Amino acid sequence: MDPKPVISVRDLSISFGRITVVHDLNFDIAPGSTLAVVGESGSGKSVTSLAIMRLLPDRIGRAKGSISLEGRELLTLPESEMRNVRGGRVSMIFQEPMTSLNPVQRIGDQLAEVIRIHRGLTGEKLKEAVLEMLRKVRIPDPEARMRQYPHTFSGGMRQRVMIAMALACDPVLIIADEPTTALDVTVQAQTLALLKDLQRETGTAVLFITHDMGVVAEVADHVLVMRRGREIESGPVHEVFSNPRDPYTRSLIEAAPSLVGKLTADTVPARPVEGVPVSFSGDEQVLEVTDLSVQFPVHSGFFNRLTGMVHAVDNVSFAIGKGETLGLVGESGSGKSTIGKAIINLAPIHAGEVTVSGRRVDYDDPRSLAKMRRDVQMIFQDPFGSLDSRQTIGSAIIEPMVVHGLARGAEALEKMEWLMERVGLDPARSTSLPHEFSGGQRQRICIARALAMSPKLIIADEAVSALDVTIKGQIIDLMIDLQKEFQVSYLFISHDMAAVERICDRVAVMYFGQIVEIGQREDVIGRPGHDYTQRLLSAIPITHPEQRRTRPALPLDASAPRSPIKPLDYRAPSPQWSVAGADHFIRRAG
Amino acid sequence: MTDTASAPLAANVRQSGLRSFFGRLNASTWIGLIIVLVLVAMAIFAPQLATHNPARQNIMDQLTTPGAQYLLGSDQFGRDIWSRLLYGARYSLTIGFFAILVAMIVGTLIGMIAGYLGGRIDIVLMQVMDVVLAFPALILGLALVAMLGATLTNIIIAIAFTATPAFARIARAGVIAQRDREYVQACQAMGFSGPRILFRHITPAILPEVMVMSSLWMATAVRTEASLAFIGLGLAPPTPTWGGMVRDGFDNILSAFHLALIPSLAILVLVLAFNLIGDGLRDAIDPRLKDAS
Repeated sequence: MDPKPVISVRDLSISFGRITVVHDLNFDIAPGSTLAVVGESGSGKSVTSLAIMRLLPDRIGRAKGSISLEGRELLTLPESEMRNVRGGRVSMIFQEPMTSLNPVQRIGDQLAEVIRIHRGLTGEKLKEAVLEMLRKVRIPDPEARMRQYPHTFSGGMRQRVMIAMALACDPVLIIADEPTTALDVTVQAQTLALLKDLQRETGTAVLFITHDMGVVAEVADHVLVMRRGREIESGPVHEVFSNPRDPYTRSLIEAAPSLVGKLTADTVPARPVEGVPVSFSGDEQVLEVTDLSVQFPVHSGFFNRLTGMVHAVDNVSFAIGKGETLGLVGESGSGKSTIGKAIINLAPIHAGEVTVSGRRVDYDDPRSLAKMRRDVQMIFQDPFGSLDSRQTIGSAIIEPMVVHGLARGAEALEKMEWLMERVGLDPARSTSLPHEFSGGQRQRICIARALAMSPKLIIADEAVSALDVTIKGQIIDLMIDLQKEFQVSYLFISHDMAAVERICDRVAVMYFGQIVEIGQREDVIGRPGHDYTQRLLSAIPITHPEQRRTRPALPLDASAPRSPIKPLDYRAPSPQWSVAGADHFIRRAG
Repeated sequence: MTDTASAPLAANVRQSGLRSFFGRLNASTWIGLIIVLVLVAMAIFAPQLATHNPARQNIMDQLTTPGAQYLLGSDQFGRDIWSRLLYGARYSLTIGFFAILVAMIVGTLIGMIAGYLGGRIDIVLMQVMDVVLAFPALILGLALVAMLGATLTNIIIAIAFTATPAFARIARAGVIAQRDREYVQACQAMGFSGPRILFRHITPAILPEVMVMSSLWMATAVRTEASLAFIGLGLAPPTPTWGGMVRDGFDNILSAFHLALIPSLAILVLVLAFNLIGDGLRDAIDPRLKDAS
C-alpha cells in the first residue's frame, strides 16, 4: 500500500551566506499525491522549491541535507544530469501566468519547444503532441489557439498553457509555486479542479506552495506548515484541519472565509423596482454616488484619432452612511478600484455625481476639491509603494495636516505622535524611514496618515490584500476599532471575501464596470440573487477538506478576455433593479 | 508655509546615511575625487604656487625647456607655462562647474515639468530639446560664442545650452517613472499641489541620477571649453586657458612639443577624473535605487 515516495527530503537546511533560512526540513511525496507547503512570505517555502530544482543563486545559496528524487541524490548530481531533471523529471508552474509566457511567441511554438527538447519529437508528431497537451488542459479549439499569441489568452487560460508545458514531458513531480494566487477566484477554482483531474490521470506527485489555507483544503493530501524556515506542523490534510496542534496553524485555518453553511435556504422573492438603490444605514449620509461613469479614451491610427472608449465604470450608484462600511467586491478589471479613484479625482469622471456629506463635489472648483480631499482619504494596496521612501514617517503623517492648514508646528507634531499611538506604533520611531518597517506597520502608518485629516470617509483600496494572513487580521481589527472611535465610514474595495465578510456592513458586487448586486452583508453573502454573485461565492475555496465533495463543479469559462473597449456611440443601458428584502437590490438582466 | 510649520518638518525629513554612501565608492572614484580636489586647490592657490606672472612676457626667455627657472618651460613669448597652467585651471574649472550647474538646473526643471505635466507641453518642450541635441555641441557652442562674444559668462551660457537637453531627458525619464508610483497617487489623493509633489517628493528620487549625469557632463564641458579656445573662440589672450595654451603651443609643435603637450595632459587628467567620479557615483547609486524600489 505504501508506495515508494517520488521525492524524499531529509534534514534539508538552506543558508544564504551566514543566515540559515530553512532548518531541518523533512518530507516525502508519494506518486499521485499532493503535498501543500503553507506559510507566510519569508517562511522559506519558495526557497525550498528552488533548492529541489538546484536553482539557488550560485555561491551565496547553500543547501545541506538530502533531496532524493526516485532514489537519486539531487544535491550532488552533476549539472549536466541536473538539466535533464529540470523540465524532464521535475517541472515548475509559477505564480505569474502573465510574465512566464513569452509574449512574442505563439502558444503552440512555446509548447513545442519544451516537447522537442525533452522528448525529441519533430514535424507532424510534434504538432500532434502539442495538440494533445492543449486538449489535455481543456483548451477549447486547440488547432486555432496554438497559432495565437499569449495576449489573446485570459489569465486562467495562460495558466492552463503553463500547466500544459509543465506536463509536456511526463514529469514525476510538479512544483506549483502559488499557481493560482494571481488569478480571480472563479478562475482559481477552475484551475485547481483541472490540476486535480490531471493529477488523477497521470499519477504525478505535486508539491503545492501556497499561503492560502482554502486552496490547501481543496487540493492537498498532506500539509506542511512552515514558519520562519521551520516546520511548524505536518500531517494528512484531514488531521491538520480537524485537529491543528499548533496555534499558528489554527490561526491560519480560522482566517479563511467561512461562507459555506452561511447560505440561507429561504429565498426572498425579488420584485422589480424603479429608481436607483442609494440606500445607506445610520442616520447621516456621508457619500452618495449617482450614475457614475468613468471612461478612458482610446486613440489609434496614424492621426491618433479617438476611436473608442474604455468603459471602466458604467452607471454606478450607491451610498454610504456615517460609521458604515460598504464593501466593493469583484474580480480584477471589474472597475472597483476605478470607482475609488474617480471619487478622489484620480480618474476622469465621464458622467454622474458624487456627493460628500451632503455637498455635491464640483471637480472643476479647487475649493470644492480641497474640501472633498479633507473629508475623503485613501489607503492603497501596496504599503511599500504608497509611502515616499525618502520621507520619514513622522513627516509623512504631518505633511497633509500642514498642506491643508489643519495643524502646524508643535501642534502637528503632537497630533502625529498621538495618531501613531492610536494605530499601535511607537511615536519614538517617527524619525525612521519607511523601509525600516514591516508591511503591516507601513499599512498602520498609511492609516495614521489618512486619519490625520479627520476624514469622514476612508477609501481602502485592497488595503489588506498584500498582507500575510495574521497581519491582515490585525489591520482589519485596527480599522474596526478606529471606526468605532472616530465614526469614520469605509469604502472597502477588495477581492478578498474573508476580509469583506469581517469588516463590511453592506456589500456591493461589481461585474464588468457595473454593480450587479448591493445589500446587507448577510443578504448578499447569505442569499445571493444575481448569477454572477452566486458564481463568485461558489468559487471561494472551501475551509475544510470534508467539504470537497459537496461542491458542484464550475463550468469552464473559455472565452477570450472580454473587452471593455466600446465604440464611441455606445451607450450603456440604464440598470433595472429588483429588490429582495430590505435594501437588497439585484440588477435585472437585460 | 510658515517657518514654524517647516521647522519640525525639516527636522524630520532626512536623507539616509551619507556615511554608507561614501563607503560604497570604489577606489577609482576616490582617485578621481582626489585629482579634482588637487586641481581645485591648485586653482585656488594659484597666486601662491605660481612662480611668475602668467601674463608677463619675457622676450629673453622664449621657448625654454623645463628647468629650475621655468618649472615646465616657457612659451614663445617667454611666459611661464607652470604659472599659466595654474591660472588656466581656474578658468577650466569655473567654466566646467558653472556651465553644468546652469545646465543641470535649467535642464532638470524643463525635464521635470515636461515629464510631470505630459501631453502637449511635454511634446513641445522635448522637441525643442531634441533640436538642440541634434546640433553637435561644438558647432552650437561656436555659433553662440561667435554671436554673443567670447566672455567668461557667454562661454558658460553657450556650454550650458549644449548640455541642457541631456539633463532634460534624464529628469523627464525619472519623473515619468516616479509619476505613476503609488506614493505619488497618494500625494495627489491628499490634495498636495503639483509643485509640492514634484519638488518635495519626486525630486529627491531623481536627484542621484542627475548628479551622476552632472559629473560626466563636467568632463564634456571642460573639453568643449578647451575646443572652443583651441579654435580661437576662447577667452581673449593673454588670459591663460588650457585650450588656448594648446593652440599657442601648436605653432611650435616641432621645435617645442611640450608647449602643446603639457596643457593637453592637464585637460586629459581633469576629464579623466570627472569621468572616474561619474562612473563611480553611478555604481554607488545603482544598488541604492534597487533598495528603494
